[in-house]
Amino acid sequence: MTLAFLNLTWPTFANGLALGGVYALMAVGIGLIFGVLRLVNFAYGQLIMAGAFALAFGAQWGLPNWLSIVFCFGVVLALSVLLDLLVFRPLRTHSPAVMLVATFAIAFLLQNVALLAFGPLGKSAGSLALLNAPWDIGGVEIKKIAVISVATAAGCLALLQLLLTRTSLGLHMRAAAMDFRTARLLGVRANRVIGGAVLVSGAFAAVAAVVLSVTEITVTPTFGLQDTIYVLAGVVLGGLNRPVPATLGGFAIGFASGILGGVLPSNQSQYLPSFLFAAVIVVLLVRPNGLFTRGAGAVQRV
Amino acid sequence: MSVAARKLAELAAPALLVLATALLGLEVSSYLQAYFLDTLVKVAIVVALYVFIGNSGVLSFGHVSFVALGAWTAGVLTVTESQKTIVMPGLSHFLLTTNVGNAASLALGAGVGLVAALAVGLPLMRLSGLAAGIATFGVLEIVNNVLNYDQALGPGENAFQSVPSTTGIWQATIGVLICIGAAFLYQGSRFGRMLRATREDPAAAAAAGISVYRQRLVAFGLSGGLAGLAGGLYVHLQPVTSSGLYLDLTFVTLAMLVVGGSGSLLGAVVGALAVSGLDSFLSAAENGVDVFGWQLTVPSGTAEIVVGVLMALVLILRPSGLTGGRELSLPRRRAAADLQKARAPT
Repeated sequence: MTLAFLNLTWPTFANGLALGGVYALMAVGIGLIFGVLRLVNFAYGQLIMAGAFALAFGAQWGLPNWLSIVFCFGVVLALSVLLDLLVFRPLRTHSPAVMLVATFAIAFLLQNVALLAFGPLGKSAGSLALLNAPWDIGGVEIKKIAVISVATAAGCLALLQLLLTRTSLGLHMRAAAMDFRTARLLGVRANRVIGGAVLVSGAFAAVAAVVLSVTEITVTPTFGLQDTIYVLAGVVLGGLNRPVPATLGGFAIGFASGILGGVLPSNQSQYLPSFLFAAVIVVLLVRPNGLFTRGAGAVQRV
Repeated sequence: MSVAARKLAELAAPALLVLATALLGLEVSSYLQAYFLDTLVKVAIVVALYVFIGNSGVLSFGHVSFVALGAWTAGVLTVTESQKTIVMPGLSHFLLTTNVGNAASLALGAGVGLVAALAVGLPLMRLSGLAAGIATFGVLEIVNNVLNYDQALGPGENAFQSVPSTTGIWQATIGVLICIGAAFLYQGSRFGRMLRATREDPAAAAAAGISVYRQRLVAFGLSGGLAGLAGGLYVHLQPVTSSGLYLDLTFVTLAMLVVGGSGSLLGAVVGALAVSGLDSFLSAAENGVDVFGWQLTVPSGTAEIVVGVLMALVLILRPSGLTGGRELSLPRRRAAADLQKARAPT
């Protein structure tokens, strides 16, 4: 069975789904922070980079895979909490533009710290590389990691849905995302809600680090940077204000870049970023509030 | 102190800072002079950024793409034809056979920056806030991607070799002064004032009959042109690469603008000089420098980290920058005395 459309094959389709899944997780990670803090976290890619370096060191030290992954989660969560305390908290009262530039600065700071500490060539995180081997599904060979990343993304999103709808912390987070000041007046504790969002966002960054390091074995200081730029575009494309559109936007841009990267011949696929960003700009011109949001959205408040 | 003198002080302060830097640059060894030249070009880029970001209050990540276009234009048109066949074998026929002089290449660089900024701004200036930030980022990605791979337009991923290195202290200084003069004239003009009104309160400005879109477009075009000029200066200074005109330069120039204070021309110049000075000192220290008899050597990469920390600290502690977004203000004693006279009962 083949998909006889352009050069689209089932494995390419699966890779697109897999990349879409990872990007959707990253989009949620960025969207959650934006929901409670109104802050676009440009440094999200560097959290993923830190997690990937943790995996690489785990591989170097000969840790078993599960311990490497635990180490990766520990590093990313610790860094997230540190970022919240040192950067996000003092910035809370500033304008969104100042916060965006500040996280841009943090992103470059972390990248250069990694460059200073680990050098430009990076390290190898090859211990999970056996997941690149294919599974035979109905006569079609699909990489194990593609299946795993789609399943992981779906699982994480389902867990998040449970957290948001079935727990009081989730209720508080949704309330804070809707109207932070009113939520606080009604007894929602700001630091707890923001802390919760930062932790969930960090956990998703760790998951993304694990999944991305399987296909991209060499971990360099720019690991995850390009992915984050895509996801940011996808999140704004979908609509930053609501979690579901943001997730869909992230998925869409991951799916599109995965499919186009596989389908286009290499002399065209080198212009893939141009195609994607041109599409993003066109969509933003037609729907500045996002592709998947309903209604006119918030008009500039006077 | 008359109004004209006060206005002149607004222009004189940044211009004198640049001139002092240039004169200092003439006195030092040619090894150190390279840092001064780099600093002057950075000042030009930051002033170009300021014309749009400072006056409109809208964030743009895309200006380095106009710098890159200016650099490509000025570079491709000044390499001799025989060199072009060696350095840029894939070049299109028109670019291969066309050659212009140094000054014309800088003017054309500025022109291409202006036209590109107007073409991009025509649709994009309708956006604001985060959508504008991401869309201008998209412009940066697209321009970098195309220049990186399209060998018909320039050297692609390779460095821009064989460009005549005409950017000495004088050319750099004149270029920067042109940028500062243009920024000064613009911010004092009715266009600049209208745009600043939209920065303070878009709704009130619109209600007063100002087209926010049109004013932003004018500033975007002008700042794109100045960025193109700065790009021309840059390519005549050193063999630039497309990856050197991308995220790192965007970060450094934004950091300079923010550290100095994005609200004023003086802030843009002070920020560029301060950050560039610090950056140059630390870069030199990576090879070891002599500080009052102490041999100081820092590990490579320290400069970027210190600049990053500085930028984050300024944003957190003093988001309006070192100058607080103000121009140099002369004492107002005379004006105050006049006011008292007017208030006094007659």
